Amino acid sequence: MNPGEIDRIFRDEAGRALATLIRLVGDFDLAEDALQDAFAVALERWTACELPDHPRAWLVNVARHKAIDRVRRQVVFRGKAQQLVHELELNVQAGDEPPAMLDDDMLRLIFTCCHPAFSPEVQVALTLRTVCGLSTAQVARAFLVSEEAMSQRLVRAKQKIRLAGIPYEVPERDALAPRLDGVLAVVYLVFTEGYVATSGANLMRSDLAAEAIRLGRLLDRLMPGRAGIKGLLALMLLHDARRAGRANSAGDIVLLEEQDRTLWDRAQIEDGLRLVDDALGTPGRPQAYVVQAAIAALHARAPSYQQTDWPQIAGLYEVLLRIGPSPVIELNHAAAVSMVDGPARALDLVDAISARGALKGYELLPAVRADLLRRLGRKDEAREAYIAAAEATQLEPLRRLYARRMRELE
Amino acid sequence: MQYLLMIYQNEVEYAKMDPATGQKMLAEYQTFTQGIVQSGNFKAGDRLQPTTTATTVRVRDGKTLTTDGPFAETREQLGGYYLVEAKDLNAAIEIAARIPGARIGSIEVRPIWVYDK
Repeated sequence: MNPGEIDRIFRDEAGRALATLIRLVGDFDLAEDALQDAFAVALERWTACELPDHPRAWLVNVARHKAIDRVRRQVVFRGKAQQLVHELELNVQAGDEPPAMLDDDMLRLIFTCCHPAFSPEVQVALTLRTVCGLSTAQVARAFLVSEEAMSQRLVRAKQKIRLAGIPYEVPERDALAPRLDGVLAVVYLVFTEGYVATSGANLMRSDLAAEAIRLGRLLDRLMPGRAGIKGLLALMLLHDARRAGRANSAGDIVLLEEQDRTLWDRAQIEDGLRLVDDALGTPGRPQAYVVQAAIAALHARAPSYQQTDWPQIAGLYEVLLRIGPSPVIELNHAAAVSMVDGPARALDLVDAISARGALKGYELLPAVRADLLRRLGRKDEAREAYIAAAEATQLEPLRRLYARRMRELE
Repeated sequence: MQYLLMIYQNEVEYAKMDPATGQKMLAEYQTFTQGIVQSGNFKAGDRLQPTTTATTVRVRDGKTLTTDGPFAETREQLGGYYLVEAKDLNAAIEIAARIPGARIGSIEVRPIWVYDK
């Protein structure tokens, strides 16, 4: 085994091994430290000889003994009650767990990391660190903060789990639906940050998008038959399938209307379309992610921008507005309406939104206005709106797009 | 008459205090507590975990909203308190959300400091 392969196994198994260890040892930090110890042992042993049949079980096994060692040392060091060690030993030396229990561990970990007592940023950071197994440095990069600052944030979060008594469990009955919504929101936040980075030189950070899709698949497997999960997974797959078409080799944005659709990942689109159908066939009230996925599916199925089913897309945005009113969706609705009833009608809608002040500071509002004004041939106003759009964004590729649009106005 | 004596301090400064000074302060607190217990003034008292462990609960439109931290708005003032026993934070949040004041103001849920025995 070479270190690269071993590293990949660590990445794959870290989240699940940690999830089980936290239940066994009852403490996040202790579980993490013990797992790191086990990784160190594995790196040494696996390089020298063969990989064990069940790497994860092996890691959990070694780590649970490392955890006992650590607690023993603490007992000697701090004079803590010997009772603790006995409890831990009893817990940790229980026999092998049935697979269903291990799946539950993973869900416990996800629901704990996405607990509403944490701010959304902390939920995302904890999930990336523990469930996805990213290093603290990688999580810090995703948030554009220093490793030290991120490490501090994670330490504080884990301290809150322990001190405030955040339970390591999957919520039951009535509590489950709202908590699952929270989990899906975290997954979607990870994805959107990967899909359109909020700042920086690159339009997309595909590693984060891939993590989000991995999380979505995991959730769909652990909690099968839930429309919201399937909808979100479909939405992410369909958007991500267009990745190769969304930017050119210079890193410039290629708009949907200009994209070479042969660059889209057809296999992934098929995967997404199947999930949308599945989700739409699940009984219950319509869910926002499913409707959004249905919109993405119409784009993915369309042979070209012009031959897209715009009336149905505009209709689906209206469904979304009924599920949960939001000025951002209104803006998307207006953009779809521009393809059905023309840009003048859409501009009325957009101006109505800005007159309410609902999207003040939302960077895509001037961009949508600029586009509609350009299509209406109102060049001066369009130019002004593009300048406002360029000022509002922190993303270089978007600035270049607006500059290009302004040049095209001449 | 009964009075609530609320202790405010700079958490960051307090955490930076050198161990010897911290120990001395702790001993002073023990002496003070024993003193007011003996004098019959003591009703209840606890040390709180730092604000990093706090969760603020509000109920708006029938929905329970939680935020990380103690962010009570500056235009809200402390108006009362409950000390409750709950099996975990979820249970504590659930109880907090049933306080009538949660619908118009906010309830900060902060764990009590439990000293190692």
